[in-house]
Amino acid sequence: MKRNWKKWCIQIALILFAIIQIYPLYWLLTFSLKSNTEIFGGNVAGLPHKWKFENYLSAIGEAKVLNYFFNSVFVTSITILIVIILASTSAYAIERMIWRGRQTVMKIILLGLMVPIHAALLPLFMVLKQLHILNTYFALIIPYVAFGLPMAVYIVASFLSSIPREMEEAAAIDGCGTIRIFGNVIFPLVKPALATVAIFTYISSWNELMFAVTFVSKKEYKTLTVGIMSMVGAYTTKWGEIGAGLVIATIPTILIYLLLSDQVQKSIVEGAVKG
Amino acid sequence: MNKILSNKKVLCLFLLPTLLITTLIVVIPIFISFYYSMLDWDGIGKGSFIGLHNYIELVQDTRFLNSVKNSLLFAALSIFIQLPFSLLLAIVVANVSRGEKFYRTAYFIPVIISTVVIGQLWQKIYNGDYGLLNALLDNLGLTNLSQDWLGQEKTALLCSFIPILWQYVGYHMLIMYAGVKSQPPEYLEAALMDGASKVQVAFRITIPLLKPILKVCVTFSLIGALKVFDLIYVLTNGGPFFSTEVPSIYMYTTIFDSYHYGYGSAISIFIILECLLFTVFLGFLFKEKEVL
Repeated sequence: MKRNWKKWCIQIALILFAIIQIYPLYWLLTFSLKSNTEIFGGNVAGLPHKWKFENYLSAIGEAKVLNYFFNSVFVTSITILIVIILASTSAYAIERMIWRGRQTVMKIILLGLMVPIHAALLPLFMVLKQLHILNTYFALIIPYVAFGLPMAVYIVASFLSSIPREMEEAAAIDGCGTIRIFGNVIFPLVKPALATVAIFTYISSWNELMFAVTFVSKKEYKTLTVGIMSMVGAYTTKWGEIGAGLVIATIPTILIYLLLSDQVQKSIVEGAVKG
Repeated sequence: MNKILSNKKVLCLFLLPTLLITTLIVVIPIFISFYYSMLDWDGIGKGSFIGLHNYIELVQDTRFLNSVKNSLLFAALSIFIQLPFSLLLAIVVANVSRGEKFYRTAYFIPVIISTVVIGQLWQKIYNGDYGLLNALLDNLGLTNLSQDWLGQEKTALLCSFIPILWQYVGYHMLIMYAGVKSQPPEYLEAALMDGASKVQVAFRITIPLLKPILKVCVTFSLIGALKVFDLIYVLTNGGPFFSTEVPSIYMYTTIFDSYHYGYGSAISIFIILECLLFTVFLGFLFKEKEVL
């Protein structure tokens, strides 16, 4: 009897904490559907009396949130693609191929894990400016790839080290060259590690702010994080529209999370423990 | 096989792009930053070399010292409040009879959401006139407590740290939870058979075995606190009157608002050195303990 009572207390405490973690997001959803008169007229916490979907139309139509959205989708997917290709090939080269200096190269790459992006901000800004690629997609894709690679190479390389070599040897006996062994044998085998890398890269580049705010000031190339910042500047008092923008920015992440929550959690833990 | 694996052309093809991009974009800029930090430079023209003068100025700059103090306070809060709380949650959730997956999933949601969204959301929670926090206080009959949380110096600092602590509780919890789950159950069963209580098991077995994971979490939250930028930038941008300023915000405004490129670079070098120093120190601290 006493045990049961204790169990209930723990459950209630855990549920209360779950509410603390989720309620702000639920609140965001409700105020994104309210008019200003409702928010400022006392209905701060409740459901909207009148569901104002126009907030979303105006976030999309006037504030161009969809443009930012597509920029984010573009920058993030290209970044993920490049990181996956480069990380898998170079992890293969470091982990499997035979050459001198493997250790040194791995150390240089791992050094990248330690470097805070602050350190690179101004030098990168100057270089991108001189190359005239500030305010292009490259201004974000190149640094995102560079700062995503160390962790990605590390994850793929340590995954690869746990795979036995028999299949590669069999492929070699069948007359496959290095590139075909990589493409037909290795790449399919390391797919689980690449999924981890993809999720990791998605979260960091979709949410990145410091580079985005510094390297992109033209409206056409702004990603969601920067776009939302400038939208907030222009809409200071229009909570509903801002809320709608925030919801649109969050939906893909939440969808990915709900569909793949185990995989996402696993990726983050792996990234943390290995890093 | 060996011949295939030492194919130099493929090796170059596979390795050079990664090596080139990491060296050019990640490694070399640190050295450039260090060079910039010894210049008196407004970004236009060449700038003049002044040696370590920027660093000498830095250690006497009260605004800078205050920003460092703020980030250290934040680090202390993360390590001594957030982490123990995450640890408690991790152990409880790992042992809970039902709902394990739900709690894990729910606690983790804020971690993956963009800091810009989190920042905007909390700005509205804290809003002095229409915010959620003040509405809650009103409902509890505590109207006299309601205030403009981010607008005044005495509350702004703590209030700007709370959302970050809130966001990352689930992150540390999940890492520790995975650590707890990977421990061999035999130890626990043996201890429970010997009549140990669950609390005793947690303190005597689970937590000591978790030490490597705890090191990861302490390092992450310390380094994260020293580098914190995004959320403060969105919430307060260091204001009011620099009361919530942290080194990275000071660096950013020095470079991109006041165009003191040299001085700002000195701050960025300070941040790197600070992070490096603390990482080495933590490695040392945890090693010492393992010997005991």
